[in-house]
Amino acid sequence: MELQYWIWIAVGLSFSLYIGIAIWSRAGSTKEFYVAGGGVHPIANGMATAADWMSAASFISMAGIISFSGYDGSVYLMGWTGGYVLLALLLAPYLRKFGKFTVPDFIGDRYYSNTARSVAVFCALIVSFTYIAGQMRGVGVVFSRYLEVDIVTGVLIGMGIVLFYAVLGGMKGITYTQVAQYCVLIFAFMVPAIYISFLVTGNVIPQLGFGGTDAEGVFLLDKLDGLHKELGFHEYTSGSKSMFDVFCITMALMVGTAGLPHVIVRFFTVKKVSDARKSAGWALLFIAILYTTAPAIAVFSRTNLIETVSNQPYEQMPEWFDKWETTGLLGFTDKNEDGLIQYTADTTTNELTVDADIMVLANPEIAQLPNWVIALLAAGALAAALSTAAGLLLVISSAVSHDLLKKMVMPKISEKGELIAARLAATGAVCLAGYFGINPPGFVAATVALAFGLAASSFFPAILLGIFSKRINKEGAISGMLVGVTLMLFYMLKFKFGWFGGGTKADWWFGISPEGFGTIAMIANFLVTLIISSKTPAPSKDIQELVANIRKP
Amino acid sequence: MKNTYWKKNIRYITILLSLWFIVSFGCGILFVDQLNTIQIGGFKLGFWFAQQGSIFGFVAIIFTYIYLMNKLDQTQNN
Repeated sequence: MELQYWIWIAVGLSFSLYIGIAIWSRAGSTKEFYVAGGGVHPIANGMATAADWMSAASFISMAGIISFSGYDGSVYLMGWTGGYVLLALLLAPYLRKFGKFTVPDFIGDRYYSNTARSVAVFCALIVSFTYIAGQMRGVGVVFSRYLEVDIVTGVLIGMGIVLFYAVLGGMKGITYTQVAQYCVLIFAFMVPAIYISFLVTGNVIPQLGFGGTDAEGVFLLDKLDGLHKELGFHEYTSGSKSMFDVFCITMALMVGTAGLPHVIVRFFTVKKVSDARKSAGWALLFIAILYTTAPAIAVFSRTNLIETVSNQPYEQMPEWFDKWETTGLLGFTDKNEDGLIQYTADTTTNELTVDADIMVLANPEIAQLPNWVIALLAAGALAAALSTAAGLLLVISSAVSHDLLKKMVMPKISEKGELIAARLAATGAVCLAGYFGINPPGFVAATVALAFGLAASSFFPAILLGIFSKRINKEGAISGMLVGVTLMLFYMLKFKFGWFGGGTKADWWFGISPEGFGTIAMIANFLVTLIISSKTPAPSKDIQELVANIRKP
Repeated sequence: MKNTYWKKNIRYITILLSLWFIVSFGCGILFVDQLNTIQIGGFKLGFWFAQQGSIFGFVAIIFTYIYLMNKLDQTQNN
């Protein structure tokens, strides 16, 4: 059967599943809308968290990025998984015990101040918006690439679907569609990976094939290191970034993960404290399946690519080469006019340009897998983008309807009124996200990675100290959050956007890249919070009791 | 009674977070070059920790904590 039919079937079926679930799980109360009624099974919540967490970037781009950066790509692998240890051990159980709806809820109550709440709302909105625009863009790109519609139509279809189940079902609808989306995306990711692993190494488990041998009995990684040296790239298994920068980026991503409001809020949806721990464990397990496979795919496809193209005649390239060349993801200019493809690290002689996304998207074709696998990949990429977008939407809408409206502006609003406000806010957020998806501002790509720095430098210290110290007061927490976020924004604007005089790599403070600076901003936040708190009066008895209470099982 | 619960919890957290630091920042970043001189199968050990081992370690750490805390919770209830 033709590829296009397969794709329409895969996407159509998965979309009708999501819509079906949405109708079945309509939200009737604010508790259902914000935290799915608080009765989600830990394994279901683990799957939902995994889908929530793994965005279009994890699904499409990560393996490719690792494939081109080798060891340096480890920062994403460790950074985007290690944060779950922090969540499970330090945050999730206590926030569940606290038992409210949102992250600003905790900050506002623990620091007995609406100023603290407003700062938290502000941070939650910044982090979520930078993140969601990238997701809507991802939806548009997948649609346009696979379904041959233009990006605008793609974004509009994606918006329609998310709008339907997020507005109707709130957290309840989102949770159960995310469970379905996890199943779709992991199946779509693993099938080609297993195929390719078997093809290249004869081992069906990619994690083992990764360290396996090729048909001639040479270890794959040794072979790739050799190929890299030949072509002038740095050795695949060793890095090009400084160790200190790798350390800082990994730390910023880990702590940022633990501080992202759309991840934290997932742990409010389970029944009891022990379930919050359990679902963090399940979530990481489900994420680890994809995250330990991605570096294996990176190696398989990198070796495949170099062997297929390097010093081979352009005329004899397989069919997929032409196809991806027309999309612009693959480019060849014959600089020395010898008809062969020279792929080297030296930009003056290199003749091949490869977009990182191709490593996952073109893999099934490179490995000559059947058409239905390609269709599955399209459905999987859409599931990854939609599930993350929906989770972020909920944070935005609850920040507006619950934290701003109910807790500050109109405390007397009725349950029904708040529910309507939540739905309106979700609708508004979808439209805004869709607008940014269609007209992506230049900063989107640059800031998605930085959202982690912002989360690390704002929320993480305030929540952690709020639980583990009874002495930290509102003066300390507010000034800490403000210092952390300001420092991070300043560094990001200076070195990513050229504000405040700009600067190059040589001007980086202590040689830390903007991606890794969240670590420094977080340390500044901790220090300011601790010092200011020690100079100002301790919080009241009630607050100390609240802290003592969330520590009890 | 409440105090011992919290103290034990803090001890578990300290030990497990040290492990968390060792498998990722230790083996995968700070001592990666030293560990890379050891090769097991097709993997250099440091590289393996950075791209595979640390993640397996994280999963094991969380499930250990779940087990320990469930046991601790039970002694609380009795």
